[in-house]
Amino acid sequence: MKNRRLAAGIVLAAAGVFLLVAPWGLKPYGIFILSMWAVMTIAAIGLNLTLGYAGQISLAQAAFVGIGAYITAWLTTRGWPFWPTYIFGGVSCFAVGWVLGYPALRVQHHYLAFVTLAFNTLVFLIFRNEEWLTGGIYGISNVPRPGVLGLSLNSPLAFYYFCLAHLALVSAATWWLIRSPWGRAFVALRENPIRALSLGVDTRRYTLVAFALGAGLGGISGAIYAPLVQFVDPTPFALGLSLNLLLMVVLGGSGYFFGPFLGAIVAVLLPEWLRFTQGYYLMGYAVLVILLMAFSPTGLLGLADRLTRPARRRTAGAAGVAPAAAAEGEGVR
Amino acid sequence: MADILQLLVAGLATGGIYALVAVGFTLLWQTSQTINFAQGEFVMLPAFFVLIAMGYFGLPFWPAVAVGGAVSVVVLGLLFKKWMVDPMIRHGVLPLVIATIGLAILMKEMVREFYGADAWPFPALAATTDVAVLGAVFSVQSLIILAISLAVVAALQFFLNGTRTGRCMQATAQNPTVARLLGIRVDRMILYTFLINGALVWVASLLITPIYLAKFTNGEWLGLYAFIAAIIGGFNQVRGAIVGGLLLGVVDNFAAAYISSQYRTAIPLMILIVVILFRPQGLLGRVEERTV
Amino acid sequence: MSAILQVRDLRKSFGGIVAVDGVSFSVAEGEILGIIGPNGSGKSTLFNCILGQLAPSGGEVHLDGRPVTGMRPCDLNRLGVSRTFQLLQIFPQLTVRENLILAGQEHQGTMLGRLVGPRDAGLGAAAERMIGFFRLEHLADEHAGDLSYGQQKLLDVAMAFMAGPRLALLDEPAGGVNLTMLASLRERLRAINAESRSTFVVIEHNMEFVMALCTRILVLAEGRVIAEGEPAAVRSDPKVIEAYLGHS
Repeated sequence: MKNRRLAAGIVLAAAGVFLLVAPWGLKPYGIFILSMWAVMTIAAIGLNLTLGYAGQISLAQAAFVGIGAYITAWLTTRGWPFWPTYIFGGVSCFAVGWVLGYPALRVQHHYLAFVTLAFNTLVFLIFRNEEWLTGGIYGISNVPRPGVLGLSLNSPLAFYYFCLAHLALVSAATWWLIRSPWGRAFVALRENPIRALSLGVDTRRYTLVAFALGAGLGGISGAIYAPLVQFVDPTPFALGLSLNLLLMVVLGGSGYFFGPFLGAIVAVLLPEWLRFTQGYYLMGYAVLVILLMAFSPTGLLGLADRLTRPARRRTAGAAGVAPAAAAEGEGVR
Repeated sequence: MADILQLLVAGLATGGIYALVAVGFTLLWQTSQTINFAQGEFVMLPAFFVLIAMGYFGLPFWPAVAVGGAVSVVVLGLLFKKWMVDPMIRHGVLPLVIATIGLAILMKEMVREFYGADAWPFPALAATTDVAVLGAVFSVQSLIILAISLAVVAALQFFLNGTRTGRCMQATAQNPTVARLLGIRVDRMILYTFLINGALVWVASLLITPIYLAKFTNGEWLGLYAFIAAIIGGFNQVRGAIVGGLLLGVVDNFAAAYISSQYRTAIPLMILIVVILFRPQGLLGRVEERTV
Repeated sequence: MSAILQVRDLRKSFGGIVAVDGVSFSVAEGEILGIIGPNGSGKSTLFNCILGQLAPSGGEVHLDGRPVTGMRPCDLNRLGVSRTFQLLQIFPQLTVRENLILAGQEHQGTMLGRLVGPRDAGLGAAAERMIGFFRLEHLADEHAGDLSYGQQKLLDVAMAFMAGPRLALLDEPAGGVNLTMLASLRERLRAINAESRSTFVVIEHNMEFVMALCTRILVLAEGRVIAEGEPAAVRSDPKVIEAYLGHS
């Protein structure tokens, strides 16, 4: 047990150092990709709350990222300072998530997947068609980068550290959330919703909260996405990104804290490094996901967990339930 | 009036196709708790099977169609069940759903990569002429599509209600445990639903591809419409899927004619959201027994 | 002594199968009511209907005189009703202490308050007390999944009592527990009942356990109540003996 902790600690420390130091050796495009990784990880962390902790499939995360991005782009290009737009984006997405999830979750738990699918498609249509609001297919350009305490963040390097700082902030907040009584309720919700209900855990309420929080984090991710790419148009926010984020979370390991980080590496960084494979990359990604679902539904981190876990004493009745993925199917929730 | 009649018939025609896809989707869910997110791609593929049979193997159209059907039933029915659903269903519903999402992406990319990203024409099952009835002009194509889909649906209904095997399948769908106790070979029944789905998507593909051309992105919206039809109709009822599909086809067609083309797809989406909010069991569905 | 739980003409059918066929009974405060009956007599289904896990097909459930039929289990729990399950249901990934805190936390303050409040939701001391009461001190920080079956059973029961329920429904608490633990469990249950005046309803197959623990017995067969009364009387009732076909 101690060895695992130590090994994990070393890996984390090394990763941390890498993240701080790597950009110095990269060209602007490389720094941009690394920043994009940080932004996507924030969205994935949000989706991990929804999927990994509350066990709900959401196919609307791209819509929330888009809403956050458009809010920031629209307001900052009209002279608003960044910080209020960022908060506004996060809060709006939280509210939208709540309104969307409230009725959907009253029914059956797989309905949220369809509602979010429809919602994402609808939102994309609005992004594309409402030119007066979003600029339609022409989008909103020249999104300014914010300044912090008078310092401009225009350079790729400076903005990268800005993205990284936000990732750290979001991670810390999520860590704190998971360690709080809410986190305990989420574990109960995921592992054994029937037992959780009998202990007074309002599974519907907690699921809704997890979904709304996930949506809010999507909004925040979008708010940082906008000044990163400095041009916001509808194309990135189609269903494809929602699917991509979903696969990211699943690949990394849904319900694991560092799952989104790992998943985002595979989804954002790997394709850049494997540029030459282009079309085959997506196929390989899909095959990997299918194989994982068959052999290790808890993703790469779940696999690592199982492989490095010291042999636990298997006792009668001790159901070693794997997180999220071992949902007993229709009727149990 | 003539316009409305035309739109209605054309809408029912495409609705019939949606109904076929939705029925397959619902059957899979009912009997084996499989939510097949790749259902749209399942409808996109058979057309390509036929095109490949014609293009690379030089078969004439109708034999190619037969080959396409056989491949559909085997690959999208049997192999899908044996290689994907069976190994994964023990992990629960969620991993299987995600795996089918992966499968959808895989199928799409394979077509794009190995066949091409263009939109290919696909031969219609009948001549694309028009016929005038009672002052309104209908396309023969629409009428034939409507006739075929209704025929297939009727045949399926007859099979499910009128034959012993079909009734066993219904029993399996309602309550697999009790079905097993009654001596029904549940696994075999489940296999049949997968095979039937393979056949249904093949027919749907043959009917819809001539209209929308064979393109690797067809699955995206076809899948979406299948889900919407299934849910509007009532997720746990085959009859519901039929009604949902027909309704969706008609609504979609009228929306395209009277509402801006940009928001045409928004109408079914909004109907879906409204149904889920206010009548989640769908038009014909039963209210699900609450266990939590 | 007032009736804390009243069940009137409760029915539950699954399609054509009638699991519970018009069961009525009431439980007075402080009582320990045992429900026994052969397998398939509808005992667990009865519990599930009372506790909101299943929607009854007919009949009513009243708690302190107010109707609670079909209420969601979490809402019932917050009214002071708790339960254990026939199939052991603890959270193996959490420690014993964490399991106990989880069992009580939803009763502490508001949901938002719990987010910003202390990690243990103020239940650190209460959890310690419960650990001591059930003699699980040496296991307090072990993962619940590493405990022996009997120890997990004790934890399960302990969890049901963390929130200080007025009414506890225990579904086969003695199932699979070895003899030494059994006596300890029975003694602990009697102690909680005496200390807190809480009411128990216990489903059990273990006759000795039930007869020694309960103040009154209800016998179910084929979804109906066939006998009711003091343990000794019920034990010698010919209808009961017949229902069990010779079981003791």
